[in-house]
Amino acid sequence: MKIFLILLGLTAVEFVIALGIPLSVMAKPVKDTLYIVLTLAKAFYIVAYCMHLKFERVSLIYSILVPMIFIIGLLAALLHEGGHWLNLH
Amino acid sequence: MMWFFLLSDAFTFSALLVAYGAIRFSNSNTWPDADEVFQSAPGIDHGAPLVFVGLMTFILIVSSITMLMAVQAGHRNNKKDCAFWLFWTIIGGLMFLGCQAWEWNHLHHEGYWWSRIPTDKNVNFSNLFFTITGFHGFHVFSGVIINIVILINVLIGTYTRRGHYLMVEKVGLYWHFVDLVWVFVFTFFYLV
Repeated sequence: MKIFLILLGLTAVEFVIALGIPLSVMAKPVKDTLYIVLTLAKAFYIVAYCMHLKFERVSLIYSILVPMIFIIGLLAALLHEGGHWLNLH
Repeated sequence: MMWFFLLSDAFTFSALLVAYGAIRFSNSNTWPDADEVFQSAPGIDHGAPLVFVGLMTFILIVSSITMLMAVQAGHRNNKKDCAFWLFWTIIGGLMFLGCQAWEWNHLHHEGYWWSRIPTDKNVNFSNLFFTITGFHGFHVFSGVIINIVILINVLIGTYTRRGHYLMVEKVGLYWHFVDLVWVFVFTFFYLV
């Protein structure tokens, strides 16, 4: 099944980055960014193909995806807060 | 509709994970290293980071695929195949729960628990780890129960009589959501 191989492949890449590439070659922030990008890709494939959202009505797709903006907002707000707390410490 | 419940659940998990992010970020100098905390597996005492959680991730992804097979069998009104794939999805879920139980038990024996950490690192690591993986594990557990109920209904012919297997599709959405959350939990606790 193609979707299984895609998910397995993305996970395998994450493992290669984590275990196979030393920090001298790729710095932690770079690795972290790649992890997040790969995880978002996995999320896209699970939602689009496993949960079939890609093939549903456009109105359903938007009604699920658009509210996710609130999560982006929360993330931005709390990263800012976290930075502020870090400075307080 | 299941989709809208999942949206609300996504908000809940996001809130927990974002809170984890903020607390970890603001305490990054006292946060334990994931590779030092998680380096065991059954039979391997230390020195094997990511091995066990890799297995857990693999199990859950496979169970998502077996769930997909069950949904597709339902579309074809194939009772036997649907039951077969649902059964293996349940087994996958139980295997994941077993693994998570092992992980919790192992960490507990090392001194990790809510409000307890055996090293001089920040105790919020323990609090957040057990809370978030616990909440996720609870979802896996309820998903397994729901899947068992639906499997029984498939076997006694409820959906054949009904003329459609839409119920299998709905619980399939829930199960995929559980896998989706795990993908994020795995990334932010074990990788990043």
